[in-house]
Amino acid sequence: MNSLGKTLLRFWNSSIGKKLIVAITGLMLVGFLLGHMAGNLLIFQGREDLNDYAEFLHHMLHGWGIWFARIGILGAFVLHIVATVSLVQQNRAARDSRYSCDATVQAPTSSRIMIWSGLTVIAFVIFHIFHFTVRLDPDLAAMKDPSDPARHDVYGMVIAGFQNPLVVLFYIVAISLLCSHLSHGIASVFQTLGLRTVKTRVAIRNLGLGIAVLLWIGFLSIPFLVAVGALEEPATPAAASAPVIEAAKS
Amino acid sequence: MNLTLKVWRQSSPNATGRIETYEAKNIPSEASFLEMLDIVNEGIIESGGDPIHFDHDCREGICGACSLAINGVPHSKESGITTCQVHMRKFREGDTIWIEPFRARAFPVIKDLIVDRSAFDRIIAAGGFIDVRTGSAPEANAIPIGKEDADTSFDAATCIGCGACVAACKNASAMLFVGAKAAHLNILPQGHTEKDHRVLAMVRQMDAEGFGNCTNQYECEAVCPKEISADVISKLNRDYAAAAVREAVAD
Repeated sequence: MNSLGKTLLRFWNSSIGKKLIVAITGLMLVGFLLGHMAGNLLIFQGREDLNDYAEFLHHMLHGWGIWFARIGILGAFVLHIVATVSLVQQNRAARDSRYSCDATVQAPTSSRIMIWSGLTVIAFVIFHIFHFTVRLDPDLAAMKDPSDPARHDVYGMVIAGFQNPLVVLFYIVAISLLCSHLSHGIASVFQTLGLRTVKTRVAIRNLGLGIAVLLWIGFLSIPFLVAVGALEEPATPAAASAPVIEAAKS
Repeated sequence: MNLTLKVWRQSSPNATGRIETYEAKNIPSEASFLEMLDIVNEGIIESGGDPIHFDHDCREGICGACSLAINGVPHSKESGITTCQVHMRKFREGDTIWIEPFRARAFPVIKDLIVDRSAFDRIIAAGGFIDVRTGSAPEANAIPIGKEDADTSFDAATCIGCGACVAACKNASAMLFVGAKAAHLNILPQGHTEKDHRVLAMVRQMDAEGFGNCTNQYECEAVCPKEISADVISKLNRDYAAAAVREAVAD
């Protein structure tokens, strides 16, 4: 093995090295979430703006851009999970016996359910990709922009997708757990990167909480406004065939 | 005071341990926690039983020998003190108190409430020192050190190596201990020369001993009898990352 390979292996095998990988990949994923939320919020600008944005994503860098982004995000996501699972295994082995009288002094609940909030987010991401990216539902896949039938109607798809109460419930639970995960995770990134000091610790904690709350409001505002009927209904033939939309129209 | 004690009893390192119940009767409220155990042990010895074994030495919060988890919290829920500084007036008449050893794979139980904390000694031996020429003490002001650095280093140096940080951590991580010991020396000019070697060697020894990883819950900080801040863990992370990069470049 060459020296670079040895260095990387040594880094991966060290507790702090693996945590640094979790922190850096976590930071990348937070960046993606902020961008994703900002893009999603274009739905409030109307059908044309959101569909323009979706079209831009699919055509930037001659269609390669979205694949570079997807591969990067997937790589960070997988590395984040693999490193975390390895750390959790080591942690459980290190604390091989429990106190008969167990107590917690100051660890917040969000920090104690990180693995469970993380696993829920993994399940949600898989569902979300099949729901809105792969579009297994043929009604959602067939939606076309009324002003430009050559392109997909992302706006209509989102509104139609959130007509199912079970989808909305799963979305609310997953986003809430994601934000719980981030409320601890973002501050942890700064600690792991060695940036938390006596001068920065309050600001870092508030930054983590602030970003988590911002993402929670931003992501959940969409199904909420769909539920209260504040967004324009999808008006494509495929969407009109959906029974829930029919009921809403009648 | 009359109390009920739920005490971990384990006859040897490989024996199966169990919780046993003892009645602690007529305990003076001004007694320390360890004195209360002494009184209970006198009763056990008089009745021909095997007394409860527990670690202790100075009994004034300096040595770091006492190592009990009281109601699931190392050194009890009182902040900034060791077990020997806990007094019975902090409990109420009729209380049930759970007394267990510090729990971590790297701290195996020797007997009852006594655990083997020699893993800490091996971490110190790996790099928690400064190579200096022995002889008479140097002149105190020969190397100027800023007040802030001196204070930060001193705060880290107050670690007594009791192991409460490991015992409180949900992952049995020793990051607060290693962070304090490394920061104590890394901040000072005398320790700066060997900083990279120190951090890499101590962290690798910590990993080899089977301690867990820090998940930034700061339970360690909350129970530390010397109230050492988790900021030393942040510094350890920073120093380790820089040392690892410099080591990779040098390879």
